[in-house]
Amino acid sequence: MRNDPLIPKLAVVTDIRVDTPDVKTFRVVGLSGKKPFEHIPGQCAMLSVPGVGEALFSITSSPTEEAFVEFSIKKCGCVTNWLHDMEPGQEITIRGPYGNGFPVDTAFAGKDLLFIAGGIGLAPLHSVINYCRYYRSRYGKIDIVYGSRSMEDLVDYPEIENVWCKEDGINVHLTIDREQPEWSGHVGFVPNYVKELGFTTDKTVVMCGPPIMIKFTLAGLMELGFAREQVYTTMELKMKCALGKCGRCNIGNKYVCKDGPVFRFDQLDELPDEY
Amino acid sequence: MKKLALKELESLFAAIAAQQTLYLPQDDAAGQAQFAAWKEGAARSRRLNTARSAKDLFFPQVENLAGFKREGKSIEIFETREDVRPFTVFGVRACDARSFEILDKVFLKAPVDTFYASRREMGTVITLACTKPDETCFCRSFGIDPANPAGDVSCWMDEETLYWQANTAKGETLTSELPMLEDGGEEAVKAQQEKLHVILEKLPLAQLDLSKVGAGETEALFNRPEWKSLSESCLGCGTCTFVCPTCQCYDVQEFNTGKTVRRFRCWDSCMYSDFTKMSAGQPRPTQLERFRQRFMHKLVYFPDNNDGQFGCVGCGRCLQKCPIHMNIVKVIKTMGGGDDAK
Repeated sequence: MRNDPLIPKLAVVTDIRVDTPDVKTFRVVGLSGKKPFEHIPGQCAMLSVPGVGEALFSITSSPTEEAFVEFSIKKCGCVTNWLHDMEPGQEITIRGPYGNGFPVDTAFAGKDLLFIAGGIGLAPLHSVINYCRYYRSRYGKIDIVYGSRSMEDLVDYPEIENVWCKEDGINVHLTIDREQPEWSGHVGFVPNYVKELGFTTDKTVVMCGPPIMIKFTLAGLMELGFAREQVYTTMELKMKCALGKCGRCNIGNKYVCKDGPVFRFDQLDELPDEY
Repeated sequence: MKKLALKELESLFAAIAAQQTLYLPQDDAAGQAQFAAWKEGAARSRRLNTARSAKDLFFPQVENLAGFKREGKSIEIFETREDVRPFTVFGVRACDARSFEILDKVFLKAPVDTFYASRREMGTVITLACTKPDETCFCRSFGIDPANPAGDVSCWMDEETLYWQANTAKGETLTSELPMLEDGGEEAVKAQQEKLHVILEKLPLAQLDLSKVGAGETEALFNRPEWKSLSESCLGCGTCTFVCPTCQCYDVQEFNTGKTVRRFRCWDSCMYSDFTKMSAGQPRPTQLERFRQRFMHKLVYFPDNNDGQFGCVGCGRCLQKCPIHMNIVKVIKTMGGGDDAK
């Protein structure tokens, strides 16, 4: 095969973990048994099953994982349905990594970090959170606000409860949308919970979730006195090439695949409102 | 500069075609000019320009990327790319020649698209100066001189003679293989250029005012209410994209034969609703957003990212082909570049 950025490499799914009723996490290694590529937190990769399709997913695992990359994927279309139905040992194709990623070694260094996620929005933040945990001394306090529809919909709940919650200097604030008998934690939507918790405005915020959550949480953060320059998010638009050429993830003069997917809100303010 | 009597043109084409495929505009069954491989006796089209642009030769409408075979849990990936052989295209107009420069900025920018790059490397472009531009021509507005087209070789033609000027190493190599070309012709070309410049002055669209569009104008233009009336009658047919020499958006699709899968890319259009529709939503829900995207991209976003260069070459194909007579000139004028299009 002659090389071209559009030609993928083969990889194998070595493990599939059921996270929620509609989210599974897929562990992927190259055919050589090694990690298919090195990445930075927040970057994405194109996965495909030939004959089904190719789609872009954010890389959920931290770059500090030496043996594999992982993708937490929600079942919501042709490719994701197929991935959810397959079994470990299945080969897929992979190309990437794509995008800018989070500025974990520059703008985030030395800062107190506040992660806010809703539902499957935890997937891209998971990579950053575990990277920051690995290089714990490089960052200040870490707060994580994470909400889902129900207890069952909290992605990576065992890791959150057994690992993140037990570490010093990390405060995890979980919430679910509606009361459940077995749930003793907070109940309510993420935007309200963020306001209730009332964070100090010296933090750098990293947020990902459904558009409606982003909208109201951002408004809440502004009320608390945060500046838009302090708040990062990661975008998702339809992509075919992920190389800045096929034209569809275009927002104004930016391409989400190469100029993003990570943007600060002051950067998004300069773009036309079309996402 | 070199020249050749037109009655010898056939021998020139034959000499080029003896070594590589030679494409030149020929009239198709519908009477439209299209680039087609030259064969002995093939008649060169006398039309001003081809219906489809010359981009087809470098960025074909459909092209295979790779083949796959899936068996059980295994996948095999195999080569489907055909070798690109050296080829020459004769009769490219100045507008289309400029479009290659624009496409280069997309496809040759890292990471390089090797499919496009190999065709650019293998292709020799022979342009042909215009003598009778159409009323729909507005290349002049983008600083293109149709009397002095770019390309590896530039040509001019009058009733009796072809004039030939090699511009690049590739053009020089080709010239050295064509002994029928004789020296001379500078004065005839100069006279023809002067004559054309007089005609260009009189073209209705030759001097569009582009001061209200271009790099940095997103804020001023994006929310203009006129997008509604401009886009209202757009059918979303994508014809403008299809004939446009600079439209380069593509789709990646697969054809499953049952035994193997061919992954191919094909032209796509931002005028289609499917273009941005995804499981998570549709950022451009109506034709207004899609229409606006196409023109904002050519008139603002592309210039933003490419030192002010517009993503339009003024070839006028969209003016001729749009079924509802909407086009980029009307958009430019409505946004402040002269009398509006109401």
